[in-house]
Amino acid sequence: MKDFAALFTRVDQTTKTTVKVAAMADYFRTASDDDKLWTIALFSGRRPKRVITTTALREWAAERAGLPLWLFEECYPIVGDLAETISLILPPATGVEDRPLSAWINELKHLSTLDDDARKAGILHAWSILPQIERFLFTKLLTGGFRIGVSQKLMTRALARATDQDEAVLTHKLMGNWTPQTTTWADLIEAEDPTADLSRPYPFYLAYGLENLDELGPTTDWFVDRKWDGIRGQLIVRQGEHHLWSRGEELMTDRFPELAQLKDFLPDGTVLDGEILAFRDEMPLSFNALQTRIGRKTVPKKVLAESPVILMAYDLLEHHGADIRETALKDRRKALELLIKGIPGTAPIRLSPEVSGPTWDALAEERAKSRDLNAEGLMLKRRDSPYLAGRKKGDWWKWKIDPLTVDAVMIYAQAGSGRRANLFTDFTFAVKNGNDLVPFTKAYSGLTDAEFRKITAWVRKNTQQKFGPVRQVPAEHVFEIAFEGIQASPRHKSGIALRFPRMLRWRQDKPVNEINTLDDLKEMLDLYG
Amino acid sequence: MTDLLTFTPDGIYCAQGDFYIDPWRPVDRALITHGHADHSRQGMGHYLATHAAAPVMRHRLGDISIDTVGYGETVTRNGVTVSFHPAGHVPGSAQIRLEHKGEVWVCSGDYKTVDDGLSEPFEPVKCHAFITESTFGLPVFNWTPQDILAQQINDWWSANAANGTFSLLGCYALGKAQRLLRTVDPSIGPILTHGAIENTNRVLRGQGIALPDTTLVTPDLDVKANAGALVLATPSALNSTWARRFKPASTAFASGWMALRGVRRRRAADRGFIVSDHADWSGLNDAIGQTGAERIFVTHGYTAVFSKWLNEQGYDAKIVETEFDGETLDQGEPE
Repeated sequence: MKDFAALFTRVDQTTKTTVKVAAMADYFRTASDDDKLWTIALFSGRRPKRVITTTALREWAAERAGLPLWLFEECYPIVGDLAETISLILPPATGVEDRPLSAWINELKHLSTLDDDARKAGILHAWSILPQIERFLFTKLLTGGFRIGVSQKLMTRALARATDQDEAVLTHKLMGNWTPQTTTWADLIEAEDPTADLSRPYPFYLAYGLENLDELGPTTDWFVDRKWDGIRGQLIVRQGEHHLWSRGEELMTDRFPELAQLKDFLPDGTVLDGEILAFRDEMPLSFNALQTRIGRKTVPKKVLAESPVILMAYDLLEHHGADIRETALKDRRKALELLIKGIPGTAPIRLSPEVSGPTWDALAEERAKSRDLNAEGLMLKRRDSPYLAGRKKGDWWKWKIDPLTVDAVMIYAQAGSGRRANLFTDFTFAVKNGNDLVPFTKAYSGLTDAEFRKITAWVRKNTQQKFGPVRQVPAEHVFEIAFEGIQASPRHKSGIALRFPRMLRWRQDKPVNEINTLDDLKEMLDLYG
Repeated sequence: MTDLLTFTPDGIYCAQGDFYIDPWRPVDRALITHGHADHSRQGMGHYLATHAAAPVMRHRLGDISIDTVGYGETVTRNGVTVSFHPAGHVPGSAQIRLEHKGEVWVCSGDYKTVDDGLSEPFEPVKCHAFITESTFGLPVFNWTPQDILAQQINDWWSANAANGTFSLLGCYALGKAQRLLRTVDPSIGPILTHGAIENTNRVLRGQGIALPDTTLVTPDLDVKANAGALVLATPSALNSTWARRFKPASTAFASGWMALRGVRRRRAADRGFIVSDHADWSGLNDAIGQTGAERIFVTHGYTAVFSKWLNEQGYDAKIVETEFDGETLDQGEPE
């Protein structure tokens, strides 16, 4: 694993993308096929299964280091990463031995077949022969998490450079539900035809938030439709089978069984891009209704009846078995319209209607209606644009409505983990209710590092009480909290729960007695819940 | 019997001798362990420190009334025998030993047990009660040995120098900067310094501490002619416009906090060298063991965790609140 550790070190020691890509490309040129395949798997979120509970790992590591478990537990939140904590407290390795990455992963699989004592012996032995960085990486594999500062996009770019292939083609090849156990380097990377695998999806085209409306030119160049507030999905119908993929490359076919009937209406060799929406009486329900469907592997009848879903289709990627992503959007759209026109209205599919307006001002008025339609804004797509892979600027923009906001006061603070360990970044906020303060949400993001450092210094000096890792602070600092949705929640003291809460800005100009009230939130719940 | 030292809102106080150690509010008589800003503050009526600590204190505090002593030399204050002993933290840093009627207390200020090749090496002092810092009082902090550290920094600098890239290294102005100057191989290339560091260099050179040649960065410096140089700057300067003149550059920080990957990544630096002028986990435990003390007072750092650990090890350990900062990356200059 020495070469993999060297790769990790090179990637971890720089903040420059070019250096990261060069390091990865070098590795892909020299490593063995098995190691390369596993490296691709690790950097694309295909981790080996966790073979051991983290509780056992903590206990064994503390025991090996000769430290009480409580002391280990105190270190963990400060380091912010379990594998790193373990690698830091263990005594130095003795009798170092080098095995390839794939051999260590096979060792993991082997360990999972053993009883507890043998498993413990195996892991303690591994810790004793791995130098610190390799020990950290091995323990990362043990804990099942593997995010180390290289995105799948960067990894794919490096792979494209090392294998002399087109990046978009490779992105396509890496899609789908393969694992290193089900494929080989040759089949996955070197084989010619990515559609040989019938379930393999196309890479999603992702839009950026709109930067400057004035640069877009005439509205006639643009196709506009609603930005639906559901789950992005790619529906594949090939050889009488259907597959439904999420943007996160998760197969969701079984989660939305009502969409199975679509394979009776769509010809073989059809791939649609669209939004899965809870939908009734020709209206999307709020995202809260769809939420009851997320995370369920099987769907009870009651939920199916209360929150039926449709696919709101907005793009056609494969038509009669041909990849038409290079065709202009306006032509893909025409084909999509024809395709859906022939399907009866009882089937769970709709065509995302075009929103037209002669001027950007007229479109802005349309955008203002979004919240009433349970949409998040408008999508602007250049009529001549091909369907690209990944997040690309220029042809697709999302023109979202402004979030809902409230002013609230911070009452608790907690340190973050990982990159944010040792910094207070997780805050609890309250609104007024008469003379009381009622906590209603937490938020973690939205401030700059400099602001987090400033608030951290203040929290340290102004802690009133500690509850484990949570610090109670005086209700002095007001923040504007932005969020995308609101719903009733009997589990929370405030009776409400927010969707995507974050700190929009630190209102150092605003006194605490001017923050919003619980009644303000309840009013928002009535309007938008 | 009352304690020889008590912890008051003004600082650590010896009632018998009527003086304070590293007080944080103005008092008449202050004994100072070392010249860092959180231990050596403005406004004391009179200061007492080691000969080697005084030049930096005068430089930073201006015209002060100060007496100096050598290491091991004793002075008496109303029956309390006072002496200063090397703490190994920065040049001139001391642990302050107090003895009264056979009772010995040691206030260690900031200390480290490894020899950094610059500061007078730490000497354990036997005592009944020991006041210790706990900046890095967790078992995850284990410092890189000095020779490996030297190799890491030199390798980084020479690789950058080979392709004309500046090596920007963030470190404290007093102690860390000079320690690094004596660690690096000056034959690799020129060494440039930020004003805060060069000022301290001048003071230390003035008291006879040998340092390699350095060039102060001024507005008329020919940056191009110095391509590939090592640039020493305070952490705050490294994040400011001051540092932008050096292109292309690789940035690094030299701090004990660099042991944590999360902290290093948050600083968005290319490299983090694990080097501290505070004791690591084994350094703290060894130092405390060697004092033979039963009573331990834990000041700045991971006080709660470290004192709990010491109590489990059989010591009578207590947390005391102070206004010392330890080592921090988040501010400009407290050390």
